[in-house]
Amino acid sequence: MKTATQPFQFVTASYLTRINNQKATNLDELRLGLEHTSDESIFYHTFQSLGRHHFLTEGFSNDFAQWTLAALNRAQLAEQLAGVDIRDYTSLADLRGDLHRMVTDYCEAHPRDTHQCAFEPFYFCESVVVTVPLASHAHTLAEFREILMRLSHASFYNHFIASRLRLQLGTNDFSHWFTDSLDLPDLARRANRIDIYTNTLDSARDELVSLVDREPNR
Amino acid sequence: MTGTLDESAVSTQTLDQYVPLLGAAEIDELRALAGPLKGRRVQMVNSTAVGGGVAEMLTRLLPLMTDVGLAISWDVLAGGPDFFEVTKAFHNALHGAPYEAKSADFEIFRKYNEQNRPLVRREADFTVMHDPQPAALIDARTDHRGHWIWRCHIDLSRPNRSVWEFLQKYIARYDGAIFSSPEFSRQLPIPQYLFYPSIDPLADKNKELEPDLVRAIVENFGIDTRRPILTQISRFDRLKDPVGVVRAYRIVKRYFDCQLVLAGGGASDDPEGSQVLAEVREEGNGDQDIHILELPAAAPLEVNALQRASTIVIQKSLREGFGLTVAEALWKKKPVVAAAVGGIPSQVIHKHTGLLAHSVEGTAYQIRYLLSHPSLAARLGEQGHEHVREQFLMTGNLKRYLSLFLHLLGGNGK
Repeated sequence: MKTATQPFQFVTASYLTRINNQKATNLDELRLGLEHTSDESIFYHTFQSLGRHHFLTEGFSNDFAQWTLAALNRAQLAEQLAGVDIRDYTSLADLRGDLHRMVTDYCEAHPRDTHQCAFEPFYFCESVVVTVPLASHAHTLAEFREILMRLSHASFYNHFIASRLRLQLGTNDFSHWFTDSLDLPDLARRANRIDIYTNTLDSARDELVSLVDREPNR
Repeated sequence: MTGTLDESAVSTQTLDQYVPLLGAAEIDELRALAGPLKGRRVQMVNSTAVGGGVAEMLTRLLPLMTDVGLAISWDVLAGGPDFFEVTKAFHNALHGAPYEAKSADFEIFRKYNEQNRPLVRREADFTVMHDPQPAALIDARTDHRGHWIWRCHIDLSRPNRSVWEFLQKYIARYDGAIFSSPEFSRQLPIPQYLFYPSIDPLADKNKELEPDLVRAIVENFGIDTRRPILTQISRFDRLKDPVGVVRAYRIVKRYFDCQLVLAGGGASDDPEGSQVLAEVREEGNGDQDIHILELPAAAPLEVNALQRASTIVIQKSLREGFGLTVAEALWKKKPVVAAAVGGIPSQVIHKHTGLLAHSVEGTAYQIRYLLSHPSLAARLGEQGHEHVREQFLMTGNLKRYLSLFLHLLGGNGK
């Protein structure tokens, strides 16, 4: 059994929601909001929204797309916004830029829609993260698997989804550890391909467990 | 638990009792978050020990806080009838009711807050003042030890200006404020946090009930459990639009042999409630499939059974606070058709955890759609249940407080 050069330290993360007193009642205000809101707000409505709504595995991507569809009934723009895959981003500035460009382009192409009043406003909020280390370390894949099985949603989300921004490497904490500390790059690649949009946190975890179980160097 | 309370009023719930519902991992995580806070002292202050949503929430939350190792005290403001008259008027004015504020009212508010200063526990690491009544106790903060939080449970989106300007001077001196919805918050110079209201899955109103008991309770009201049941649980209040619900039902009734249940209180102790009830009866026009049930103020098992027996739960409010009856229905895996007002869109994510509507016709259409597509209705109910599990349970409320305390201490509790 391979022993990691560095143990995996599990932590849990809890997200407080801060209200930032900025709202949008139409597309133009959404565009302005996307330009000026904080990075923590972009994170809250995209990365963190996916975690909050992980149980929705069909047609939910981020808060901006959901509001554009449900409150403005603009299916085309909603579809474009929903098509943004957070796995493609290692920086919130890039993510903000793409969201802003989509809304701006739509407003330019559909000027009459720009000031149409939404059924309900969009309230910009932001995330405040608090992390606490858990008393769980894995030195081997077997230990990793055992801890993974009893990991909370928040901890799994932190390591598997939110970590992508922290690492800025287009990967997650688990895959990073598989490569760097266990020298298992294939397992890391397969783990990184688990689709977080069509899986719940539970089913993504189950997929990861089965990948670990199939690992010959376990 | 210490303070001026009758301790028997506080529930004896423990976190372990939530393990069968939420899983050991989620409960272990709460204990892990609380680890760095062990022994920290928290004081909660509100204006009543029994009755009302805040007291009900505290009786359920505080035992859980104690269970994870926090040292909790809950103190209740003492005041004469003049104080409670003024604070009730403030409460209504902050909700937007017309109110001519007099300087004598502000003086009464200040006087009782000053008299209650000895309540403040200077040794507390965290002091949480609930709602406007104790807000001026911030004057008792003579040094900057500890963290002071104002928890606002009411909707401040359209407050009476003079009352809010008076209160704001106190609120601005806290370290943070908590609101139940971004819509209910105000521009303030302090950080504002979002804490959704929550339901307790172990409370009589939400706990699992045996199907036989559900059937017995519902049939006792004369409701036929073999035909679809549409239900709205709410006070007989114009803002809940019960007449609009009857009209939506009439449209649905053309296509489906269904029944409507309108159940709630507020008719016996409120002249407007009696009038609304009469209007609903008139609109019902003697239809035997419309069941108008006047429930007593506390009828948790009846509400639970009615929600569980329902095919679809409706909340067609014209204006709403948070509307926790929606979370109650979603927890019971019921498909919900609701108005997009107040806190409802936070609970009903359109087409994912329920359906939103903006009119009588829209409400009727969404109900018909769900009755025609039972598999979609079941999926919305399942997803609604998961949404409540993630966001609107008492354990989530505990987690938010723990996270806030950790954040205020710099992130690691040291």
